[in-house]
Amino acid sequence: MANTFAYAEARGGQLRKVALEAVTAARQAADASGGGEVHALLTGAPGIAARAAELGRYGADLVTVIEHAGLERYNAEAAAATAAERIRSGGYRAAFFSASAEGRDLAPRVAARLGVSLASDVTGFELHGDTLTATHPAYTGKVVVTLRLTGSPALVSLRPGAVSPVEQPRTARVESAPPAVDPGSAKVVVTELAQRAAARMDLGEAPVIVSGGRGLRGAENFRLVEDLADAFGNAAVGATRAVTDDGWRPATDQIGQTGRVVSPDLYVAVGISGAIQHLAGMRTARTIVAINKDKDAPIFKIADYGIVGDLFEIVPRLTDEVRKARSAH
Amino acid sequence: MCVKRVPDMEMRFAIAADRRSLDPAGLKYEMGDFDGYAVEIALQLVEKAGSGEVVVLSLGPDGVQEILRKALAMGASRAVQLKADEVPFDGLIIARALAAELKDGGYDLILFGRMATDTASGTVGPMVAELLDLPCVSSISRLQLDGGRGTAGRDLEGASETVTFPLPAVLTIDEGIARPRLASLKGIMAAKKKPLEVKPAALGTPALVVESMALPPERTGGRIVGEGADAVAELVRLLRTEAKVL
Repeated sequence: MANTFAYAEARGGQLRKVALEAVTAARQAADASGGGEVHALLTGAPGIAARAAELGRYGADLVTVIEHAGLERYNAEAAAATAAERIRSGGYRAAFFSASAEGRDLAPRVAARLGVSLASDVTGFELHGDTLTATHPAYTGKVVVTLRLTGSPALVSLRPGAVSPVEQPRTARVESAPPAVDPGSAKVVVTELAQRAAARMDLGEAPVIVSGGRGLRGAENFRLVEDLADAFGNAAVGATRAVTDDGWRPATDQIGQTGRVVSPDLYVAVGISGAIQHLAGMRTARTIVAINKDKDAPIFKIADYGIVGDLFEIVPRLTDEVRKARSAH
Repeated sequence: MCVKRVPDMEMRFAIAADRRSLDPAGLKYEMGDFDGYAVEIALQLVEKAGSGEVVVLSLGPDGVQEILRKALAMGASRAVQLKADEVPFDGLIIARALAAELKDGGYDLILFGRMATDTASGTVGPMVAELLDLPCVSSISRLQLDGGRGTAGRDLEGASETVTFPLPAVLTIDEGIARPRLASLKGIMAAKKKPLEVKPAALGTPALVVESMALPPERTGGRIVGEGADAVAELVRLLRTEAKVL
């Protein structure tokens, strides 16, 4: 029996979905090693403690809450020092972070502080005795690497979306603790956090992604992609590198080898030929739909469903049909 | 400025007979994408400051000298190879070897790409920062330096952060910050005469190793539903009844 640790990421006073994913993974690991406890760490501005109970719903037995005005935004130094201290003193078998933007910064810092190795950006894991094996997509998704991590604690960062949050309700004990170092003394300071328009879901969290490429011929035609995403109701909008390079869409919308790597339930590629750079970012989507005028475009080789033809006729029709299908039930 | 040699990602990969590595036959290598942006940023900063030099560091077999020469051709002053037969997968082992080399270098900035495009772990930069007890901002896509301080921007999911930090610092570079320049013929000629020092890498025993590698299952795609807008009805039916995503 061994206890496990989860870092519960919050932003703007709210838990992020990746926090629930980390707690779910920690629960799985604790159960796999004979049913230990899950200890979660939650940091934020005063008031964040109100979110602790929700972590119990996903399987946390103990939530340590660090409330401090200097933790309102991500404070790398205080977060790393505090997480490292909790992990060191807790004697955990495994510790889970998200490989989110924040977690990709935090987890390696914690690993270096503890002097233990980190399995990064993991899509699945298993515990056997003193070994943790983990799968990690590498080489732009063209190779799946199975990693073996020995020793305790096994530090793992989870690819966002790879673990689905599972409710395993219990009443978590909630304790409050001070940060391991004064957040006010941090050398690196986040002076501004700008939320982008929250009208649409984030690429990492949306079950459906509608993405546009050069075939759209101009920034103004992304309206078609936006409309289709709106019709789905649970969709984010992505783009190819060619499109973000041309400034039709912000760089943050880019899906591909040098952009975001996504695995939605449904990926709709509109006017995208399917360069390797782009496929690297979306080939693990569960279902892929491609709409392109060139029947020989590489995207059709990996698409589950393709329609060859003029996207300017096809996409508006698809938008109508999706809207009808969704209102029918 | 730390760079890594990675295989050309446009290639079709095969798994070697040991099931734990890539079949080296036909592999071509290049500098990692993000490392290229980082080299460019380093060069621009030194050019703007009007003084200083860019030192480029890589860990790996002698093949890494090729990408070190490329960085020299772009304009870096000198290069160091930390020689190792192979590059371990364990980021902490790499970070310790790099930190040992960087510790007494007196650098104002230590730059990395935000991740190597082959192992795609993105751990070494922040680890080196912690080992050297330096401030670190990872995955930045905007950067301004002013005297002894810097301001960087980084993109999060659905948001962006503005971050200030003092020098010296460790930064890891995301895409969108700068386009790597092409080396001029003059640069390529000059690079041949620039110093490239070879030292043994101080590599410890990794706790994280590759147990196996596999190619992901081929997508059984390739099904054309139809042509033109008339195929939409059939597509929607398939999305609802077969893929069950509607």
